[in-house]
Amino acid sequence: MTKPEEKKINNFANIIRKKILDLSFYAGSSSSHFGGALSSADIAACLFGEIMNFDKKNFQSSDRDRFILSKGHGCMVYYAALNVLGIITDEKLKTFEKDNSDLLGHPVKNNDIGIDFSTGSLGMGLSLGIGLSLAFKKKKTNNRVFVLIGDGECNEGSIWEAALCAPNLKLNNLTVIIDHNNFQQTGSNDEIMNVKNLEKKWSSFNWNTVSVDGHNINQITEALKVQDNEVPRAIIAKTIKGKGFSFSENNNDWHHKVMTSKNYHEALDELSKND
Amino acid sequence: MNYQKMIEINKKKIDLWANVGSRAAFGLAVLELEKTMEELFIVTCDVSTSAGLDRFRKKVPDKYVDVGISEQNMIGVASGLSTEGFKVITTTFAPFQTLRCCEQIKVNLGYMKTKITMVGLASGLVLGELGFTHCSIEDVGVLRSIPNLAIVSPADSLEVVKALEASLNYNKSVYIRLTGGAPNPSIYKEDYKFEIGKSIKLHEGKDIVIFSCGTMIHNCLEAVQILNKKNISCRVVNMHTIKPIDVDAIKDAARLSKLLVSVEEHNIIGGLGSAISEELSKIKDSPKLLRIGINDQYSKGGSYKYLQEIHELLPEQISKKVIEGII
Repeated sequence: MTKPEEKKINNFANIIRKKILDLSFYAGSSSSHFGGALSSADIAACLFGEIMNFDKKNFQSSDRDRFILSKGHGCMVYYAALNVLGIITDEKLKTFEKDNSDLLGHPVKNNDIGIDFSTGSLGMGLSLGIGLSLAFKKKKTNNRVFVLIGDGECNEGSIWEAALCAPNLKLNNLTVIIDHNNFQQTGSNDEIMNVKNLEKKWSSFNWNTVSVDGHNINQITEALKVQDNEVPRAIIAKTIKGKGFSFSENNNDWHHKVMTSKNYHEALDELSKND
Repeated sequence: MNYQKMIEINKKKIDLWANVGSRAAFGLAVLELEKTMEELFIVTCDVSTSAGLDRFRKKVPDKYVDVGISEQNMIGVASGLSTEGFKVITTTFAPFQTLRCCEQIKVNLGYMKTKITMVGLASGLVLGELGFTHCSIEDVGVLRSIPNLAIVSPADSLEVVKALEASLNYNKSVYIRLTGGAPNPSIYKEDYKFEIGKSIKLHEGKDIVIFSCGTMIHNCLEAVQILNKKNISCRVVNMHTIKPIDVDAIKDAARLSKLLVSVEEHNIIGGLGSAISEELSKIKDSPKLLRIGINDQYSKGGSYKYLQEIHELLPEQISKKVIEGII
């Protein structure tokens, strides 16, 4: 990747982070899943900014690659990315978690704003991705399917049903990205349910598995580019929950928390200093 | 959407389907559907033999995927295929086709409105020898509370085929609940008009209206013969669709009769009787409803006939309960 390309994606990720901050503030007292959205920001920037065949001017095109946010609580990263692409308006972002909004705390299928699936109940997205990948194989089209799941989500048995299934079906058009930020709702993975050695686990299920720094644009894009021969790909993205703001990084209080005016302005100051 | 008729029906087929039972009739039907439906796709959980799909699996491997014993995964995979234009049928034993993957059904089919057809094998009591892990007396009650889903319980093997074709033509997901064994008594001797949501009068009578579905229809028709001999005249309605329930048929029955009866091979909570009572509750001075079914309990296991007997679902027992209900 050239330096300008890398800069472009990093810039995309920075805007996503700023938008996540805004969304969290718009949510007000209804609170929002701040930490898990931020840990996925660089991954989303690589997917929507570089890897996916996704035309923002023709985002319903049947030849587009598909994205499923299986860790649906991370929805702010999804809304932010679609906003940067111009598919979700700034006005709509302000309705986040408000009455009758299209943008709730978990994504709701809405073709008009580029959301293909309703998610939020953990452990369901990978099976949807298998169905899509299988459909594209049957139709002999080149669409790729990307499913973003969480490490806490890997507690769900249905993830492992799907993990067993995809390699059996030889779905090399399917890529799962595991946002491995080491935390889940009420504590660290170690405290709640140890998911150590995710790389070994996925690779023993016959996925072509690679670990990357989930905040290194080069590493993420290189891992995402590859399509293996007859094998689905699992990318363990080692990330920092709450990445981008000093008060939220590795601080699980920000799993789901109200963004006060004070927090918001402190975060804005931090962003301006980083610029 | 125009209704697409895909399966020709004749006397020979009706006899064959009745003889092999509802599961094998389903397998034979999908073999025929495949000839006209380019987009047909079957997703199963290691049950091809039980579902009568062994021939389909060998003959049409391109339109068939076995995801192993993983029902939650099955619904997700089926939903993904459906969003790309495939007309997907999923199937496994009824408890696993419904309760095991209930939340996937809720989110993918109900909330997201993805359309698939689910076929629950051997529902009710027919697998009684295997115990109540394999019987299914809760499926209708649980699924009925999920919006955007139709529930059909066919009366015989021909109606299984009719329901399957209608479900593929329907604009929402459908759960088809297969009951009974092999052979499966025939209710219909020739082709007839079947529409999801429209019940069918099978026997006319003026004193009592009996609503039923699935293989209990057969028992009700026999019970009516017993009641006839006692000068009690009964209408029998095949309420093959439990959701959306045929409200007009219930209103009509409420005008006609002082006693309505529901008979089902399901818990009396949540099934056909509950659906009817919900509609009756909207009618002023509505008649009494006698709900006959499994009385909210798990019994010891045993043969299909034995379980029907201990849950008082045999024709003689139904007729006795109806007489008690009149008094």
